[in-house]
Amino acid sequence: MNFTGSGEMFNDAFILGCSAIGAGLAVIAGIGPGVGQGIAAGHAAAAVGRNPGAKGDVTSTMLLGQAVAETTGLYGLLVAMLLMFVHPFKTN
Amino acid sequence: MLLSSDDLGFMIEGVFSFNLGGHTLWITTSHICLLIVFLTLIVFSFFAKGAMLKAAEVPRGFQNVLELIVEFLDGIVDSTMGKHAKNFRNYIGTIFIFILVSNLSGLLGLRPPTADYGVTFPLGVLTFTIVTIQKFRYQKVSGVIKGLCDPWPFWLPINLIGDFAVPISLSLRLFANVLSGTVMMALVYGLLKVIAYAWPAVLHVYFDMFSGAIQTYVFCMLTMTYISGAMDTE
Repeated sequence: MNFTGSGEMFNDAFILGCSAIGAGLAVIAGIGPGVGQGIAAGHAAAAVGRNPGAKGDVTSTMLLGQAVAETTGLYGLLVAMLLMFVHPFKTN
Repeated sequence: MLLSSDDLGFMIEGVFSFNLGGHTLWITTSHICLLIVFLTLIVFSFFAKGAMLKAAEVPRGFQNVLELIVEFLDGIVDSTMGKHAKNFRNYIGTIFIFILVSNLSGLLGLRPPTADYGVTFPLGVLTFTIVTIQKFRYQKVSGVIKGLCDPWPFWLPINLIGDFAVPISLSLRLFANVLSGTVMMALVYGLLKVIAYAWPAVLHVYFDMFSGAIQTYVFCMLTMTYISGAMDTE
């Protein structure tokens, strides 16, 4: 991280700003799990409508699947948090 | 800066440090909270033992609660692992109770120990170790090699990566879920200080109780599924 002809102050501000933009972009990963969990919940609702007796099993299966599907979104969140709070690209 | 992490209390803080063989080691808030969780569980277990020593035929009160917990834990292990269940009831029950109490400790104002990757990664590594040992025990070395070269031999690196991704994805899932809840609550309390009365309780119910319980269940469920898969001799 050594840009020629730029001061230390500018450098840090530039890196912080780019980190914030990167964090914002990383959280876009949340779209995927949102759609996936919605599809799972919709199908679960349809299943309960067809067979109300199996409500308990359907709900627990749905929650398990949704929690696993959530992982990719959480990876995005993790990257965003690293960029925002740990500042891995800062020089000092 | 508004979001300097100093005034938001979700970072792991060092409490005191000491020197060991030239390295500076820190005792952090994670250690303290972990210790509190352990002590709570140990005290609870002593009470439980005392109650079960004078157990009655028809359970009442505290004994009833204990039997409910044990029956619930045994039930989920039995329904997932079938005939192998009896060897894993203790392990799954232990990690279930430990992760659940860790996640719920956020309610008491502690920083949940599971929001530290140093706590969840060993849990993932434990699962990986058990899976690998069971694989070698039930499928023998030839079976493991055959499983790694599953469709064709040049598939080997991809299968290896798939195996080593198990502990990482398991531990990251738990860690990121609990951490996101912790950060969200810290943001609410740190930035909305003026209007943070009573209504954050709803968020606590979701982030600490609901999410914590679901993630505990998912961690144990996936651990059991992976172990069952390793013991599958066909």
